[in-house]
Amino acid sequence: MTFAHHRHAAHCESGVASNLISHHGVPISEAMAFGLSAALSFAYLPFIKLSGLPLIAYRQPPRAIIKGLAKALAAKFRFETFRTPAAGQARLDELLAQGHVVGLQTSVYWLPYFPEDMRFHFNAHNLLVYGKEGNDYLISDPVSEETVRCDAAALSRARFAKGVLAPKGLLYTVEKLGQSAISPQAVRNAILKTCRTMRAPLPIVGVRGIRMLANKVARLDPVAHETSLFVGHIVRMQEEIGTGGAGFRFLYAAFLQEAADLTAMPALAEFAERLMDIGDDWRAFALATARMVKKRDAMNPEKLAGMLRNLAGKEDAFFKELKAVVS
Amino acid sequence: MDLQNVPQEGNKTLGGHKKAVYARDAGGHIVAVASRGWEVEEIVTSQALEQLQALTEAARQKVLSGLSSPLEYWMYARRMDLPLLAQTTGIWRWRIRRHFRPKIFARLSPGVLARYAEALGLTIKEMQRLP
Repeated sequence: MTFAHHRHAAHCESGVASNLISHHGVPISEAMAFGLSAALSFAYLPFIKLSGLPLIAYRQPPRAIIKGLAKALAAKFRFETFRTPAAGQARLDELLAQGHVVGLQTSVYWLPYFPEDMRFHFNAHNLLVYGKEGNDYLISDPVSEETVRCDAAALSRARFAKGVLAPKGLLYTVEKLGQSAISPQAVRNAILKTCRTMRAPLPIVGVRGIRMLANKVARLDPVAHETSLFVGHIVRMQEEIGTGGAGFRFLYAAFLQEAADLTAMPALAEFAERLMDIGDDWRAFALATARMVKKRDAMNPEKLAGMLRNLAGKEDAFFKELKAVVS
Repeated sequence: MDLQNVPQEGNKTLGGHKKAVYARDAGGHIVAVASRGWEVEEIVTSQALEQLQALTEAARQKVLSGLSSPLEYWMYARRMDLPLLAQTTGIWRWRIRRHFRPKIFARLSPGVLARYAEALGLTIKEMQRLP
């Protein structure tokens, strides 16, 4: 049994959403799924801790992509959570027997096909199940190049992991798609929403969130071990956990390029180019940080904070001008 | 980032997997490319892993010198911390901290042991000693 719409993706949720919707007959790229749901963001949440480090996200919270796409495509998704693993598995088997392709939220840690070094307790990983053979589920995990298999016990454990963002066995299916094509107006609305988010008048979100993080970094003690862990953590959230590079900026640039054709607004292609350059600056920040973590360069929080402030300034201007062009 | 600049550095943390990143091809189109990793990612992932390994090793030494119970070792060995183990088992943090004391751990009821073992993905026997 194979799944024709498995495509390797940068990010789990945009990958799952684009593969699932393509399976239902509306071909949509990962970048379009990501942009159309206005998933790009920045958030620095010092009060939510994961292994003692603050939550730093370069995108909207989990499920925002699926919900945003549902809205943009007038689609209906059905979400179900379960009290017990047994009920969750029974329902999954029932849906598969009816021929559905089912989306799941899982923990990364308990998925045996993940590389050992990448298995952390992160609970908002998305994947698709397209079949079952014996005791194995057939899985299209978009961050994996090929489709994979996972035994029932491990998958059940991954679906019912506890902690921050506990999935509670969440599964979802597409009930119907209201539109068979992406409308230019939906694309414009999504871009405007992202511009609003990035320049929101909240201290922890968007450009202001980047500045607040910069201020926090500037105050770190250059000699403390915790400083190295903190700045290393920023780079992990930006590069390592499936963002397509530069904290989703390259992925969003790909969306803007596609949107330029779809909306017949060639100016968007120039914004895509510009965002690629901003993404390169994020990569430079990651490189400078990693060199300090590895002690190839002296730890210099002030310098890293300066790079973040510079990025905040560039993104502020970028989204301000993007908004002016689209509205 | 252009296609020829996409790092292919063979990160050991990827365990042979490839990840998709987005870059510009020769025609200026931004496309997904499979990358074998960037050293920057390997450095920060290794850093997080080493931190977890250091906590695990410190707990192991404490268990060996009789200052803590194997429960603390297994918590870190499973890449968890106290808040996560508390959420997973539904046992309050202060009670778990108490169960880190070897004498108290040795007297735990089978029911409580089973909750820990389930959360850690171990049998009770495995959990009661170091590997």
